[in-house]
Amino acid sequence: MKVTINGTAHELPSGATVTQAVQRLTGTRSGVAVAVNDEVVSRSSWDSTALVEADRVEVLTAVQGG
Amino acid sequence: MDDDLTIGGEKFSSRLIMGTGGAPSLEILEQALAVSGTELTTVAMRRLDPSAPGSVLDVLRRRGIKVLPNTAGCFTAGEAVLTARLAREALETDWVKLEVISDERTLLPDPIETFDAAERLVADGFVVLPYIGDDPALARRLEQAGCAAVMPLGAPIGSGLGIRNPHNIELIVESAKVPVILDAGIGTASDATLAMELGCDAVLLATAVTRAQRPDLMAQAMRSAVVAGRQARLAGRIPRRRYAEASSPMNP
Repeated sequence: MKVTINGTAHELPSGATVTQAVQRLTGTRSGVAVAVNDEVVSRSSWDSTALVEADRVEVLTAVQGG
Repeated sequence: MDDDLTIGGEKFSSRLIMGTGGAPSLEILEQALAVSGTELTTVAMRRLDPSAPGSVLDVLRRRGIKVLPNTAGCFTAGEAVLTARLAREALETDWVKLEVISDERTLLPDPIETFDAAERLVADGFVVLPYIGDDPALARRLEQAGCAAVMPLGAPIGSGLGIRNPHNIELIVESAKVPVILDAGIGTASDATLAMELGCDAVLLATAVTRAQRPDLMAQAMRSAVVAGRQARLAGRIPRRRYAEASSPMNP
């Protein structure tokens, strides 16, 4: 299935979880937050939250600013 | 002198809050933050870039500085609330510097969206520090809405124009029961001192240090400036007079 991760199209196996989407970008879990279709998915739910076709996944972290 | 700043029930001995934007490198940023003595520093939330070298979070952790995520780049209350929730999840803090801008040219804060977001975030349990214009009425409304501090600007972000309307800052200070943090517009040390002399509880600045020719030296200057302004405020300045008042005896 196709999902969008941080604005880029990715092909993931059907039934893939948020954890698998995050792993496309980084191996670390700390300091990172995820929203799927503009809803926050808490870290404790990443493993159990399955994505569906066309989901928009945003993976954010802190950068210099302000 | 024991003169702690208390925000949201948490005490800070430094009244200089730093931003991290604009530093030429993480090394230079770390040095400047260390010299500044800051205990609270802002970061922005952005899409994770796997190729980014190092992390500003590592710098703050190493230096024992509390992280204050902001919602910079948001134009609507909805975006700001989502960004704050993502920051809470990523950084494990319910503190947020709420920043909702109205346009990219001035980066001035949008009061309507800011107020809307503040109400929603307070209801969601956040410690909300909103960035606002120098508007005493809005500051009061945000305090009533449950914000932990108010952060009026001195001048537009990154402008270095100093405090354009000191009178309004004084009016905000006069009626506020939460800390007033002068945010944005600081260009040099005297601006930070003036903010504190006007009665602000703290100063937040970034660009003035990070884009200075010598960030570490300016960080030191800002640290001293905030302390000097605070001491002068507590000391109570003499009234301004139209004519001289002799400081030496006039009789022979």
